[in-house]
Amino acid sequence: MKTLLRESLTTSLNLLAFSVIGAALLVLAYNATHAAIEASETASKQALLAQTLPQGGFDNDLVRAARPVPADPLLGLKRPGLAYPARLGGAPAGVVLEVVAPDGYSGEIRLLVGVLADGRIGGVRVTAHRETPGLGDYIDIAKGNWITQFVGKSAQEPGAEGWKVKKDGGRFDYAAGATITPRAVVKAVYGALRYFEAHRAELLQPTEASQP
Amino acid sequence: MISTETREIIVNGLWKQNPGVVQILGMCPLLAISNNVVNALSLGLATVFVMALSNLAVSLARNFIPHAIRIPVFILLVAVLVTAVDLFLHAYALSLYLVLGIFIPLIVTNCIVLARVEAFASKRSALHSLLDGTMMGLGLTAVLVVLGALREAIGKGTLFAGLDMALGPWAKDWVVHLAPGYDGLLIAILPPGAFIGLGLLIALRNVIEARRA
Repeated sequence: MKTLLRESLTTSLNLLAFSVIGAALLVLAYNATHAAIEASETASKQALLAQTLPQGGFDNDLVRAARPVPADPLLGLKRPGLAYPARLGGAPAGVVLEVVAPDGYSGEIRLLVGVLADGRIGGVRVTAHRETPGLGDYIDIAKGNWITQFVGKSAQEPGAEGWKVKKDGGRFDYAAGATITPRAVVKAVYGALRYFEAHRAELLQPTEASQP
Repeated sequence: MISTETREIIVNGLWKQNPGVVQILGMCPLLAISNNVVNALSLGLATVFVMALSNLAVSLARNFIPHAIRIPVFILLVAVLVTAVDLFLHAYALSLYLVLGIFIPLIVTNCIVLARVEAFASKRSALHSLLDGTMMGLGLTAVLVVLGALREAIGKGTLFAGLDMALGPWAKDWVVHLAPGYDGLLIAILPPGAFIGLGLLIALRNVIEARRA
C-alpha cells in the first residue's frame, strides 16, 4: 500500500514537473512573439479597412477609432460588431461597418462595408467566407473584381429594386452557376446602407477618443 | 560513411514506412490542406519541424518519463512545440498563418507525430530520433506536395499559386499556368479529389514495390 502511494505521488510530481517546464517554455514563446503578433494583426486590419475607403479619403487611425455597434438585423450581426469612423482633417468622412451576410451558400460571409459621409459606398471587402472554391469565391478580391462594382452606389441609386443581382431584376452582375453567393452579398451591402441611413448622425459623430 | 542504422531510418521515413502512403497516418491535414503546392509544402515543413523537435525532446527526456504516464507527457511536449510554432508563424508570417489556420494546432493531434514519438523516440538515442522525425516528416511532406501538385494542376491548371503569401509579393510571378484557357476540374480541389488522388498515389507506390520484388 505504501509503495503504491509513493509511486503515484512520484508519478504525479513527475507529470507536474513536465507541465511546469512546458508552461515556462510557452511563456517564453508568448513573450517573444506577442508584440509582433499584435503589430502584424493591426497592420493587416488597417490595410483591409483602407481598401474600403477611397485613397486619401481619411487621415485617422481607423483601428483606434473603432467603437462598438449593437447587434442589428440590417447588419446581419448576432453579436455586437464594430464600426470604424473615418475622418479627414477632423471632419467626418465616412464609416466602415462590420457586416455579415448570413445566407451565403456555405454559411456566413463576413464583410467590411465602407460608407462615405454622403451615403455612397467607398468599397466592400470580404473578410471571411466558405463559398465553393472556383465557383462562389469570386466575391473575394483575390479571385476577381466583382466586389468593386459596389463602389459609388448608394441606397437611393439604384434603389430597392436595383439592389438585386441581374437574374432577380436588379443591377448587379453575378456568375452563372453561383447566384446564391452574390445574392447574399448584395443583400447584406444594401442592409448596411439602410443601417447607415437610419443611424447616420451617431455613426458619423466624433468619438471621444479622437477628440484632441 | 553512414551506418546501416542511419540508412535504414532514412529509407523507412521516405519510402518503406512512408507515413502518407504506407502507414496512412496523419490523414486529416494530408487530405485537407493538399489543394495546392504552397499550402501542402508549408504545412509539410511545419510538420517536419514539429516531428524533429518532438522526437528529439522525447528522446532526451525518455529516462525521466515514467512508463505509466508516458502518453500524457508526450502529448504535453508535442503540444508545447506546436503552440510555439503557431505563435511564431502568427507573428512573422501572418498571411501563411491565415491560410494554414486551424491545421497548425491540429498537428498536435496528428497521429504520425505521436506514433513516431512512442514507437521510436522513446527507445532510441537523441540523434537517431531527430533523424527519424525529420525523415518521417519529409516523407509525409513529399506525399503532401505530390498530391498538392496533382490537385492544383488538374483542379486549377496552375502550380505554385499563392507562393507570394508564403514568401512575399516578389514571388507573385512564379505562378506557373500550365495550359492557357484551362479552367480546371473543380472536383480535384474539393475534398473528394484528395481521396481519389491519395488512392492513386498509394496504388502507384504498390505497383512500384510489386515490380521491384
